[in-house]
Amino acid sequence: MKRKPLELYIHIPFCKKKCNYCDFLSAPASKPRRQEYMQALMAEIMIWSGAAYDGHEVKSIFIGGGTPSILEPEQIGTLMRMINIYFNVSKSAEITIECNPGMVNKDKLMAYRAEGINRLSIGLQSANDSELAVLGRIHTWADFVATYNLARECGFTNINVDLMSALPGQTLESWTDTLKKVAELNPEHISAYSLIIEEGTPFFARYGELENTDIQPCGKPAVEDKAAEAVTENADGTISAEGAKLITVTDEMAAWPDLPDEETERAMYAATQEILAAYGYNRYEISNYAKKNKECSHNVGYWTGVDYIGLGLGASSLFENARFSNLRDIEIYKEAADKAQLPTDWETVCHLKVESKIEEFMFLGLRMMRGVSRKEFERRFKQPMDAVYGEVIAKYKEMGLLEEVDGWVRLTAKGIDVSNVVLSEFLLDVVYDEPVPEEDDFDVEGALTKAYEEMAAEAGEIPADETEKE
Amino acid sequence: MATVDQSKIRNFSIIAHIDHGKSTLADRIIEHTGLLTSREMQEQILDNMDLERERGITIKSQAVRTIYRAKDGEEYVFNLIDTPGHVDFNYEVSRSLAACDGAILVVDAAQGIEAQTLANVYLALDHDLDVFPVINKIDLPSAEPQRVIDEIEDVIGIEAQDAPLISAKNGINIEGVLEQIVEKIPAPTGDPDAPLQALIFDSIYDSYKGVIVFCRLKEGTIRKGTRAKMMATGAVADVVEVGYFGAGQFIPCEELSAGMVGYFTASIKNVKDTRVGDTVTDEANPCAEPLPGYKKVTPMVYCGMYPADGARYNDLRDALEKLQLNDASLQYEPETSVALGFGFRCGFLGLLHLEIIQERLEREYNLDLVTTAPSVIYHVYKLNGDMITLTNPTNLPDPAEIEHMEEPIVSAEIMVTTEYIGAIMQLCQERRGVYIGTEYMEDTRVMIRYDLPLNEIIYDFFDALKSRSRGYASFDYQMKGYEPSRMVKLDILINREEVDALSFIVHADSAYERGRKMCEKLKEEIPRHLFEIPIQAAVGSKIIARETVKAVRKDVLAKCYGGDISRKRKLLEKQKEGKKRMRQIGNVEVPQKAFMSVLKLDDGK
Repeated sequence: MKRKPLELYIHIPFCKKKCNYCDFLSAPASKPRRQEYMQALMAEIMIWSGAAYDGHEVKSIFIGGGTPSILEPEQIGTLMRMINIYFNVSKSAEITIECNPGMVNKDKLMAYRAEGINRLSIGLQSANDSELAVLGRIHTWADFVATYNLARECGFTNINVDLMSALPGQTLESWTDTLKKVAELNPEHISAYSLIIEEGTPFFARYGELENTDIQPCGKPAVEDKAAEAVTENADGTISAEGAKLITVTDEMAAWPDLPDEETERAMYAATQEILAAYGYNRYEISNYAKKNKECSHNVGYWTGVDYIGLGLGASSLFENARFSNLRDIEIYKEAADKAQLPTDWETVCHLKVESKIEEFMFLGLRMMRGVSRKEFERRFKQPMDAVYGEVIAKYKEMGLLEEVDGWVRLTAKGIDVSNVVLSEFLLDVVYDEPVPEEDDFDVEGALTKAYEEMAAEAGEIPADETEKE
Repeated sequence: MATVDQSKIRNFSIIAHIDHGKSTLADRIIEHTGLLTSREMQEQILDNMDLERERGITIKSQAVRTIYRAKDGEEYVFNLIDTPGHVDFNYEVSRSLAACDGAILVVDAAQGIEAQTLANVYLALDHDLDVFPVINKIDLPSAEPQRVIDEIEDVIGIEAQDAPLISAKNGINIEGVLEQIVEKIPAPTGDPDAPLQALIFDSIYDSYKGVIVFCRLKEGTIRKGTRAKMMATGAVADVVEVGYFGAGQFIPCEELSAGMVGYFTASIKNVKDTRVGDTVTDEANPCAEPLPGYKKVTPMVYCGMYPADGARYNDLRDALEKLQLNDASLQYEPETSVALGFGFRCGFLGLLHLEIIQERLEREYNLDLVTTAPSVIYHVYKLNGDMITLTNPTNLPDPAEIEHMEEPIVSAEIMVTTEYIGAIMQLCQERRGVYIGTEYMEDTRVMIRYDLPLNEIIYDFFDALKSRSRGYASFDYQMKGYEPSRMVKLDILINREEVDALSFIVHADSAYERGRKMCEKLKEEIPRHLFEIPIQAAVGSKIIARETVKAVRKDVLAKCYGGDISRKRKLLEKQKEGKKRMRQIGNVEVPQKAFMSVLKLDDGK
């Protein structure tokens, strides 16, 4: 039987120290607390297995955070083994773990390799140590180089480096310097985002007011938005209690340099493409660059509507036509796991109606440089793309923000710069994705409960306390 | 209740400059006459709209009847008729006064006589009312009662040496006021058996009883069954109920006779039939002449009101209809704007009236409104001899067809301490005022008279006056008439398209300045688009000012980490939603509040 492709995202909400721009669901935590969390995570994996084992094949796994490399190698080992037991993981699956410079040693890296992890994503952000300091990163450029070389020594042949432009005090020169230094090292993949000032972060306290975020469509967009609406939303004392809401600007923060102006920022964006192209990197997505055949298949999956299950605190899923997220409070998350219940936040469950799927096909697909295929649209939705979006596409083609090549509609260079504006027009004027009322619980849960019962019946063969042996 | 001895009735109102304590004194009088216990008193009983209480002003006339047992052992019926305190409602004040036999003049012991004090006293004296002064707020540290008493005698020329010194707020010497009401305000006269002649001083609409008409009986008697005829409007209706005013309630009685103040209902559907100032008589036995002084109130200020959400046009219409039931001076008619869609051109007595209606629509009817700049009524004389009364700038004929235009002028009296004379005169000059004269009230205070175009005072004149005199200047005005003036229509072009809702009429000399400020303000309000947007001000085909909203250069969605697509969607939805709250003008999206912001051009001066 043909199995459906599936991706797994595993969220490790721990880090050594929260960075000044970070609004992800992540915070420092003690070793025992980390272990408690890992046990809850194992429970979640087992529950999901019932619904996702049979019909699916896992094509990619991404262990993100936070800083997953903060975990002990044994913890990662257990995690990987559990996943391999409870899911059908493809032999050729792309398996990525995120790590921070200076936080991995040879033991850890070798352990990752041994567990089948074949891709490393290193959060560098900048090659300039003073820029790193303002970001609140706890490593230097030298730390990164050491980690990178160590990873190569350990046999990693697929490495991504995360970078950020538009940083406080950053100049066009320092940004191109960062790009070149990194490209010289020749990693297979580079993610280059532009900094976004997120609410609830020290950066927001320092820089937030400058932006007219509500009305100006050019408000500084968010860099990355891992699992988080905003840390401030969460009442949990452990994970997200960074006091985000009440950050006041300290003298130290006041001394941070200003953000680059809009023109500089735009120049940085343009330079990224040029410089990386010169080093043989192909831009395949708005902010992602890869050597040939080294595109991140996990991320591409997000843009192309592949099912994925998010495991761990606050993680998001797309499964059986529904989008939903996990609980964001670590204590409640653990409680659910203790009771062998799915830690889904049921209020987030949204069934994708056909309109939503059409919208997502467009606004996610257009992030890819190749664009969206008219043929594929018609195959999936049984109507031509122009029947739904003829006007919008024509309008933006005329404005030079969209273009078409061989039946693929895609953003132009100018369109990429203002992609928010363009993408938002692909939302349709319909009411969609209303939360499903509780009494009418959707079939994912039904299927899962059933599957879990079956699984529980087999529990004799698979000891529930397996994780504790490690 | 049994017929009251006419000599035991006192019909009076309280007049004062704004904030001198009129409504507070009214409350104390009601409290001290024992009609209500202190516990039942809500602050300022007579101001019963929330809005009135919040703003501390009286918008509608109100009346209340109380019983006072005087020191002479007799019981007196007090009919207190509260009057609106703002110049916009001048006519209502005059009608309320006409319903009285006397008035209490409240003067602030610290501030003394102000512009509205004078205006109101003269109004009262015009109606032959007996006026006696009361010095309020004597417990303030800055109170100078004797100075104020002297000032009243000097400036107004009424006896003030025995004026009660009171604090309405703290209930000091309210008895003194009550006794003087008995002593100094004359009892009404009039023959209960003469043909009915009653003055309407207010009316409200009640959904069960129809219009409730507030009236003062000058002659004759009105009772259930009387065939009441409104002499000016000609409406006739059978009286269903008569009664008098309790505190916040209507108390039915058998009949009302000459000298009394009360109400009647007659299943009248529309307040338009019962105009304030009209005379009610008995159709079967009519009086020879109506009471003097009736005039039809006409709006002075117009503006366009549009629902922010076009789908709520009908709700807005219903709300205006309901408000008009209670407020015959509110006028409206449908109009269409290219920029704002369907809405209404509404006429108001003045800017305060406009603001009040706007707030009531938003508050009581939960409507979001977009209001265009208020405009006065211009007289446009065309070359072919026609005269147009222009209420909407968009309707201005082609300049080639216009012979000349006239604008309304008011006579303004500004009272201010001498140190601010310069600043106030400068303000009046800037507003195209024509200096008429200065009168010294006493050593340090003067009354400055100017003729001012109404157009110049409807925006923010009052605020400017207050800020340039540190709050000391007071202001009152009366319509003077129309005078020829060089007016031009200023148009605003956004991305080269004229936006009708932003057009307004302005004096030729201020067009450049206004146009420049409009452009600056709009530049702040209009978000950046994917293209550059020129904002221009034009008179005719001539561009007189320009600003540019720069194009968006960069707006990129970021990394979608951990597959949180919902968040991504929310960001896009927010972006799209933001657009929905905008008005589409050509291919430019203009936020609703941009239309309002142009009303406040002089803010950051």
